[in-house]
Amino acid sequence: MVISVASGKGGTGKTTVATNLAVALGPYVRLLDCDVEEPNAHLFLKPSIESVESLMTFVPAVSEEKCTYCRKCAEICRFKAIAVLGKTVITFPELCHSCYGCQEVCPEGAVYESSRKIGVVEKGRGLGDVEFVHGRLQVGEAMSPPLIKKVRSFEDHDGVTIIDAPPGTSCPVIAAVKGVDFVVMVTEPTPFGLHDLKLGVGAVRLLGLPCGLVINRSDIGNKDVKKYAKDEGIPVLMEIPFDRRIAETYSRGRLIVEESREWKERFIELYERIIRLTGKESHR
Amino acid sequence: MKELVILSGKGGTGKTSLTSAFAAISANKVLCDADVDAADLHLLMAPEIMRQTDFEGGGIAVIDKDRCSGCGRCIELCRFDAISETFEVDPISCEGCGVCVDLCPETAIDFPIQVCGQWYISNTRFGPMVHARLGIAEENSGKLVALVRQEARKIAEEQGLDMILTDGPPGVGCPVIASLGGATALLIVAEPTVSGIHDMNRAVDLARHFNVPAMVCVNKYDLNPDQAARIETGCKQNDVMFVGKIPFDPLFTKAMVEGKTVLEYAPDAQVNKVIRQLWETIQASPPMSGDV
Repeated sequence: MVISVASGKGGTGKTTVATNLAVALGPYVRLLDCDVEEPNAHLFLKPSIESVESLMTFVPAVSEEKCTYCRKCAEICRFKAIAVLGKTVITFPELCHSCYGCQEVCPEGAVYESSRKIGVVEKGRGLGDVEFVHGRLQVGEAMSPPLIKKVRSFEDHDGVTIIDAPPGTSCPVIAAVKGVDFVVMVTEPTPFGLHDLKLGVGAVRLLGLPCGLVINRSDIGNKDVKKYAKDEGIPVLMEIPFDRRIAETYSRGRLIVEESREWKERFIELYERIIRLTGKESHR
Repeated sequence: MKELVILSGKGGTGKTSLTSAFAAISANKVLCDADVDAADLHLLMAPEIMRQTDFEGGGIAVIDKDRCSGCGRCIELCRFDAISETFEVDPISCEGCGVCVDLCPETAIDFPIQVCGQWYISNTRFGPMVHARLGIAEENSGKLVALVRQEARKIAEEQGLDMILTDGPPGVGCPVIASLGGATALLIVAEPTVSGIHDMNRAVDLARHFNVPAMVCVNKYDLNPDQAARIETGCKQNDVMFVGKIPFDPLFTKAMVEGKTVLEYAPDAQVNKVIRQLWETIQASPPMSGDV
């Protein structure tokens, strides 16, 4: 069972839901933090990191001895990551999408493989024996999808995997939700929350995935999110009211399921609702 | 010409609420929404769109079955697993690298350019605004961010306006990098939580990496005054300008529900004194006052 926790808007409570859900479900649940630009789940799960692996990606390097300056590499590259100026070849590693086109097309075998570090993947075991994996994008690196895909290679299809997804609706989000069994959309009942929720639901529907809502700070704003959910037939799975104590618990890096038995049960109930909706095996 | 870009690292710290409040205070500026992926500034600015233009990203591979011999070369070449055994291209997985297009022995693959969003030039009650809508699940967000910033600059030059106020995206990746190059200064909006601090630090590192002056303010500081104090001290230790703290105030949400900035909704509220003071501090900062 693989569940992604996503949202269009940032800061609605994805990490809160993902981490509390993982810990409520207990040991051997896997939490993958795929918000690699700003990973936060480790601040709550406090894992002991057991392994760190760098993710490298292909970028071209050119042998000036073999190069005949035919420009085929520059012509095939849609990302302007390699240029030939007279008798000089210049590469722009930060623009490279690692398609290997330059290497494929070079008639002289002058393009060889070099690499760029995109980030690191760290694995460990956190609070409540949750199995933890996250990616940390190198600061200054633009491309997160390869790192997200790497983190997702640790999904456990015979158990329960919770994915903390990045905000938005563009390629990093797609990389973090594509092919999962269910998407939990976390929103807040405000005009910004609703606007971005619609975009998020659009992305999830484009991928043909089932989804449900968690409404965070459910007593602020207005009723428009609930009306939208009803009109669109999207089930509201859970509501978390605005409570200064919850906000304060979060601010200190603590989980509400650690401090309240009632909340733990509510998160387990959230999971059971998801299982009923998907009709899949619980794996718990 | 000055450009202030509002960033945060973490989402939901109040970038857009604050940008809109600054829009209500400041004169002679262009507004720019660089969060093209989940743009919200227009919900408060109620822009009247004057011009709408398609944003063309890259191409996407489309295999013509009539010309295809089924040799499988494209599947071998594709590094993004975008081509199925039956030679269908998954448009979401296709990276737009065009390698299969160029190297197909039958030249059976077309590469139509995709319209992946729209961008707009609008009028608002606070002056001109440039904003955009990236299509859902589209790539090239960095390119579109660069485009809206460039257009905002053009308008400022044409109309003799001296500032661009840019609402940035969350994170530290592609669209954020595209939103900060060449900016006069960044305002990083932090929140007093462990995540807020962690993400603010990464945003500050990013600003350093690209050598753009950054200042920090804390929003909702009274939700955890200790963490807020930690941010302030951390800034001082790391030589980052700390420009102020804003209390948690439900007025922000109430104003948003009415489609207003907090300044219009409750002009005399205490929080607005704080915001005005913050704005003055930002204007007087070395990068914004041209004292660098």
